[in-house]
Amino acid sequence: MITIVDYQMGNLRSVQKAIEHVGGEAKISSDPHEIATASQLVLPGVGAFGDAMAEINRRDLAQPIRDFVDTGRPFLGICLGLQLLFEQGFEHGTHRGLGILPGEVVRFDLPESFKVPHMGWNTVHKTAPSAILDQIADDTHFYFVHSYYVRPADPSLTSLTCNYGHDFCAMVTRDQLFATQFHPEKSQANGLNLLRAFNNLASATESQSHSS
Amino acid sequence: MLAARVIPCLDVHGGRVVKGTNFVNLRDAGDPVQVASRYEAEGADELVFLDITASHEERDIILDVVRRTADCVFMPLTVGGGVRTIEDVRDLLNAGCDKVSINSAACKDPEFIRRAADRFGSQCIVVNIDPKRVQKDGQEFWEVHIHGGRTPTGRQAVQWAREVEALGAGEIVLTSMDADGTCDGFDLPITAAVSQAVSIPVVASGGAGNPQHLADAILKGHASAALAASIFHFGQYSIAETKRVMRQAGIPVRL
Repeated sequence: MITIVDYQMGNLRSVQKAIEHVGGEAKISSDPHEIATASQLVLPGVGAFGDAMAEINRRDLAQPIRDFVDTGRPFLGICLGLQLLFEQGFEHGTHRGLGILPGEVVRFDLPESFKVPHMGWNTVHKTAPSAILDQIADDTHFYFVHSYYVRPADPSLTSLTCNYGHDFCAMVTRDQLFATQFHPEKSQANGLNLLRAFNNLASATESQSHSS
Repeated sequence: MLAARVIPCLDVHGGRVVKGTNFVNLRDAGDPVQVASRYEAEGADELVFLDITASHEERDIILDVVRRTADCVFMPLTVGGGVRTIEDVRDLLNAGCDKVSINSAACKDPEFIRRAADRFGSQCIVVNIDPKRVQKDGQEFWEVHIHGGRTPTGRQAVQWAREVEALGAGEIVLTSMDADGTCDGFDLPITAAVSQAVSIPVVASGGAGNPQHLADAILKGHASAALAASIFHFGQYSIAETKRVMRQAGIPVRL
């Protein structure tokens, strides 16, 4: 069972439906205990960084999310759910993030010919292995919509890059923690493959714990 | 490389996809969920539903269409038509749509754009701009119209585009009322002028009659995406063949 964190920022139903489509089960929750003890967690999100942190803090969810990540169980952040993992963001002022990963979230500063938000289907390039990318070919398209991007302080966190004016981090991986700037739930077959691989981690983890 | 988007637009009336000219002679073009699934299989980059009923009594029908589509189609969905309040935006997003497009309500109350963008984020607030070429003081004036082109607003298209960007819109869908329904191609001068005046993406709409028209919207109109309805609905051109024409013209597309 995958638990999707509900903090009133964005379209949870799409994420839930996509997980169900690839054979998983997903529930939506804003309960701190359920989140801390979930077997797999998805942190989705669209909207502004500061508003999102305010909603997470108002529901006392920051520590449960950190506690969950500390257990090493499979975690997937999507879009704003990637950005919030970092130490600080600069969207409408300076805001502290969850601080799970070192680095910051900055706005695209590009020549006029580049539209911001970066919106649409762009290709990604693999830079480091990640357990949920086995079925994903290099240079495939994913759907992006964002004006800010993450700059991990530790470059080895980056497993996919994307180019828009310059290369930026499109996905981070650290053990069982994964987070994408693009929306797998809106990226048709490629996105569903990624979600299927994430869902399959659970069965792997669960059967391991049963056998041990 | 970021791909230029090809976006089929589905006019929805009474829970069915329809296509007509100026809201008359509506022809049935199928069940929205089936049409959406077909377009997903053909490689559409996004889908737009335009609720042409847009009376509040029939609001539940479009919400149901969005819900059923979002359950089985995994690409971005935009809904426009009759969006008047923050509650309308919220209901549509909760039903599973990703972007909501606003037209008349934005012209009547520009602050509505700001309120919606503050509440839900710029990325999901699209503003539709429908200009028409009129004569004003002996000069051509690109006047924004509402109510399907029936009501002039006095606003100039390029100026209004800059304003909606400043108010927080994340994207503009630009439909030239002169080109719409002609199948003679998009209004490239207006599309280029608006695209170059703003830093947010502009979707060209109105007038597509063949794949080359979509290529022109990107190359000559400098649009980020091109939207079309009738050329796709009746099987005249597939999305894949449209994209192949665009690729041959040197445009990055997702095939």
